[in-house]
Amino acid sequence: MTKKLTVSALLVALAMILSYLETLIPFNFGLPGVKLGLANLVVVCALYLLDTRSAFLISMVRILLIAFTFGSLAALLYSLAGGLISFAVMALLRRNEGFSVIGVSVAGGVTHNIGQLLAAVLIVENLNLFFYVPVLIIAGLITGLLIGIISKYVIPPVKKAVRQM
Amino acid sequence: MKKKDLILILVLVLISVAGLAAAGFLQKDEGAAVVVTVDRQEYGRYPLSEDRTIEVSDEAGRNVIVIKNGQVDVTEADCPDKICVDHAIIRYDHETIVCLPHKLVVEIVGGDTSDVDVTTR
Repeated sequence: MTKKLTVSALLVALAMILSYLETLIPFNFGLPGVKLGLANLVVVCALYLLDTRSAFLISMVRILLIAFTFGSLAALLYSLAGGLISFAVMALLRRNEGFSVIGVSVAGGVTHNIGQLLAAVLIVENLNLFFYVPVLIIAGLITGLLIGIISKYVIPPVKKAVRQM
Repeated sequence: MKKKDLILILVLVLISVAGLAAAGFLQKDEGAAVVVTVDRQEYGRYPLSEDRTIEVSDEAGRNVIVIKNGQVDVTEADCPDKICVDHAIIRYDHETIVCLPHKLVVEIVGGDTSDVDVTTR
């Protein structure tokens, strides 16, 4: 129990640092609303290091902390929408043996963008925003792929370290 | 990378390519339009790409608007000053021809932007 709490706390701290890093070095793709989402790396790893419940808590806590520290109320709404949908999809695919970390991360990246867009559509009440869906799918695909590839190499050694703790 | 990962990525790429194609198709359909306004009410909206002649006549007066080769001109009017008839042809976004006596405004919306003139809004 203490070990799980410690690992969770470390992961939340890591997510915050990664988000802070991202504000320092903006990975600008030239598209509004599109960013690398380094903090998602932590959530993907948490899904493989801990149980689903802990991973969910980590995701929610990091969203709240990051929004209150670096963002605004609007940013909180968008990240919550994206975070909840992408977590649900990633947790589901995680249980399916046919998908590797990369597939899980790609699905998470794409659904995170879709969730944010849905929130935006509800807030500004403009259905024309749906024209942006293809762009967001491609963007989520690329960022998800990057996060997935990093996760693939990060998870095994971290898992080993956690076991030895 | 497993087989299902690749299928997922492939499906996502296909969806977005189809979506982009659909969006491009839908937007092309709209194109530039010529909006005719009489006394602040929209009288009609016509595609700039189709040649046609529009006759606007009411109690205030009569104007003939000609759309040809992506250009708009007012060719006839029974107003006293004929400023709208003398006005140069218009073809770029936001360009207008106005006939004040008849409260008629012909404007191009969603057209190409002129290289020379810029409208600030």
